[in-house]
Amino acid sequence: MVTAESNPNDTLVSVKDLKMYFPVTEGLLIQRHTADVKAVDGLTFDVAKNETLGLVGESGCGKSTTGRAILQLHRPTAGSVEFDGVELTDLKGSELRRFRRRMQMIFQDPFSSLNPRMTVSQIIGEPMAIHGLYKGQERRERIEFIMNAVGLNPLFAKRYPHEFSGGQRQRIGIARALAVEPDFIVCDEPVSALDVSIQAQVVNLLEDLQTEFGLTYLFIAHDLSVVKHISDRIAVMYLGHIVELSEANELYNNPIHAYTKALLSAVPIPDPVVEKTRERIILEGDVPSPLNPPAGCVFRTRCTRQGTTGCTCSDTTPELTEVSPGHWVANCECCMSD
Amino acid sequence: MARLLDVNNLKTHFFTEEGVVRAVDGVTWHVDEGETLALVGESGCGKSVTAMSILRLIPSPPGRIVDGEIIFEGQNLLEASDEEMRAIRGNRISMVFQEPMTSLNPVLTIGQQIRESIILHLGLNDSEATTRSIELLELVGIPDAAGRINDYPHQFSGGMRQRVMIAMALSCNPKLLIADEPTTALDVTIQAQVMEIMGNLSKDLGTAVLIITHNLGVVARYADRVNVMYAGRIIESSTAENVFHNPQHGYTVGLMASVPRLDDEEHVRLATIEGQPPLLIDEIHGCAFQPRCPKDESCFCSSEGTPELTEISPGHWVADCPCCMSRDTVPA
Ligand SMILES: Nc1ncnc2c1ncn2[C@@H]1O[C@H](COP(=O)(O)OP(=O)(O)O)[C@@H](O)[C@H]1O
Ligand SMILES: Nc1ncnc2c1ncn2[C@@H]1O[C@H](COP(=O)(O)OP(=O)(O)O)[C@@H](O)[C@H]1O
Ligand SMILES: [Mg+2]
Ligand SMILES: [Mg+2]
Repeated sequence: MVTAESNPNDTLVSVKDLKMYFPVTEGLLIQRHTADVKAVDGLTFDVAKNETLGLVGESGCGKSTTGRAILQLHRPTAGSVEFDGVELTDLKGSELRRFRRRMQMIFQDPFSSLNPRMTVSQIIGEPMAIHGLYKGQERRERIEFIMNAVGLNPLFAKRYPHEFSGGQRQRIGIARALAVEPDFIVCDEPVSALDVSIQAQVVNLLEDLQTEFGLTYLFIAHDLSVVKHISDRIAVMYLGHIVELSEANELYNNPIHAYTKALLSAVPIPDPVVEKTRERIILEGDVPSPLNPPAGCVFRTRCTRQGTTGCTCSDTTPELTEVSPGHWVANCECCMSD
Repeated sequence: MARLLDVNNLKTHFFTEEGVVRAVDGVTWHVDEGETLALVGESGCGKSVTAMSILRLIPSPPGRIVDGEIIFEGQNLLEASDEEMRAIRGNRISMVFQEPMTSLNPVLTIGQQIRESIILHLGLNDSEATTRSIELLELVGIPDAAGRINDYPHQFSGGMRQRVMIAMALSCNPKLLIADEPTTALDVTIQAQVMEIMGNLSKDLGTAVLIITHNLGVVARYADRVNVMYAGRIIESSTAENVFHNPQHGYTVGLMASVPRLDDEEHVRLATIEGQPPLLIDEIHGCAFQPRCPKDESCFCSSEGTPELTEISPGHWVADCPCCMSRDTVPA
C-alpha cells in the first residue's frame, strides 16, 4: 500500500495510520489533560529498501515527529510501524534496542547535535559502545574506515567539534549515524543550516553512501528543490496529514492537491528567464494550530475552492487515494479541482 | 536610470583581539533609482557588514569603516553628521532584517511603532498618522488592519510580523530599501507572500531595493542585477541573466551549478566547490578564491595583486584573475 513497488519483500518500513499526539496539561498540583497537539494524525506510507522517501511541508506540520515516531524515539499514540516485517510499537527494552541499531538519525544542526566535550572518535565510537559492537583495535579501524567514507581525515580523530566547519560537523553527524551499520536513516533537515556549496557536498555524500552501503533514507526538509533532487518519491505533509505522495518528477509535473500546487509554485527556480513568466499561487493566511485543527480536510481553511464543488470535506476526513499508479492524493474534491 | 547610490572602494574592518577581520575589503558598486540589486555569497563573506556600513551602523569598537566613499543622492554618508544620519535612516534609506521579532519593540503596539516613524519623519499629526498606518498595513496585506493596530508584536505570526516590518520600512517612501535575508526565517509559502508584497510595493513606489539573500531562486525572481561577494570582495557583478546564464568567475560558476532546480527532469550530480572560504582574519594576498579554484596550479594569481573588477562586456564586471575567469573552470 502507498508504495512504489507492490512486492512486500522490498518494503523496509511500513507505517499504518500513525498518530502522535502530545498531551497539553494544565494545573500546578493536579495536572489535567486539557487538549492534544495532533502533531501526526493518521499517516500511512511504506519506504522500500534502498529508496529515498522525501518528506516535505512547512515547519510544524509534523515531519520531525514522524521521523522520531518511526524510530520509536516518541512512542506513537496509535497506529503501526513495521520495520523489516517486525512491529516496533510492541517492542520494549533490549528487543527494541536491537532494532534501534538498524535505524539511525541525522540532525539539522551540526552545532548543537554533537557533544562539545567529546572528540570525533569518541562521538563516532559511542553508538558502537552502546550496542556492544567492535571492540579495541577493531573499533579504531572501524572509526577510521567511517571517517574516510564521509570524507573526514582520520588524522582529525582526536579533535573536538568546535574545531570543524559546519559542513565538516555535519559529516561527523553522518559518520556517527553510520557507525553501527544501519539499514535505515532518518535525515532530518541535514543540509538546511549549510551554505549552498557545502549543501551540495553533503547531498552528494549522502547519495554516495546510500549506494555504497545500500541505505534507505527518510529525507526530511522544507527545501523542496533539495528534496526533489535526492528523493525517489515525495510525501507532502500539511498539519499532521499526508496530502499527496508520488514519484518525485510526477509530483512536480502533475501535482493534484491544491496545497502541493501552492507549495511548488512558491519555490522560485534559480533561473531569471524561467521566473519571469512563472505564475505564483499565493496562499492566504497561516497554517492553523495543530491544537485545534480544522475538522475534515485540514487544508480547507486556506483552500480557495472550499465549498464551491459541494464537497463534503468539512465533515469527512479525505482518505489517501491512488489516482494513477503510485500517485496518491488526499481525496478531497475541492482541493483536487483545478 | 539615475544613480542613487555609489559605493567606492569601501573597506570595513573589525579590530579584534585575534587580529583584523577584513569583513569588507574594497568594494565598489552602485544602485540606480528603482532597481533591485541582490548581494549573494556564502555566510561570513561580508554581506551584512556591507549593508550596515551604508547605514553607518557598524558597532565601534571593534568595527570601523577605514576607507572609501558612500555617495547617496550626491552626499557622502561617511562625512554626514550623526544627526544627518538619523534623519536618513528609516526615511530616505530603510531596512528590513531577518528576524522581525528582534527589530520590533515588544512592549509597544504595532500602531505605536509605525506611527512613531511617520510622525518623526513625515511630520503628520496623530490622527493623520493613524490613518496612514492603517493604509500601510492594508497595503502589506494584514487582514483587519484597523482592528489589529493596537495589537503587540507577539500577537502576530512570523510572516505577519515581517509584513509589519515592510510596512514600517516603506512608511516614509524611502528611496532605498535594504532587506537583509528578509524571508530566511519564514516558510516557503509565507516567503512567497512576503516577497511578492515587497517586490510589488517597491515597484509601485519606485523604491530601489538592495536584497541580501542566500536563496538563488529569490535572486532569480526579483533581482535586476547581482553582486557576487567572496571573502569581503565582489568577484562578479552583472544583470541577473548574465550571472545565472553566463557566469564568468569560477566561484560564480560553481555556485550556480551547486543548487538543485525544481524543474530538473534528470538527476544530475550537483557540482561542488571543494574546501571552504578563507577566514577574513588573515590578510589575503592576490585572489582569495585560489585555494578552491579547480585550476589553481597554472596561475600565479595568489602571489600577484588583488584581481581588479574589470568590465568584460557592457555592464558585466569580473574580478580579473586569469584562471578563475576561464570558462573551463566549471567544476566536474
Ligand atoms: N515534544 C513535543 N511536545 C509537544 N508538542 C510537540 C513536541 N514535538 C513537536 N511538537 C509539536 O508538534 C507539531 C509538529 O512538530 P514537528 O514534528 O517538529 O514539525 P516539523 O518537523 O514539520 O517542523 C508542532 O506543532 C510542534 O510544536
Ligand atoms: N562585530 C563584529 N566583530 C568582529 N567581527 C565581525 C563583527 N561583525 C561581523 N564580523 C565579521 O565580519 C565578517 C562578515 O560578516 P557578515 O557581513 O555578517 O557576513 P554575511 O555575509 O554572512 O552577512 C565575518 O567574518 C564576521 O565574523
Ligand atoms: Mg522538524
Ligand atoms: Mg548576514
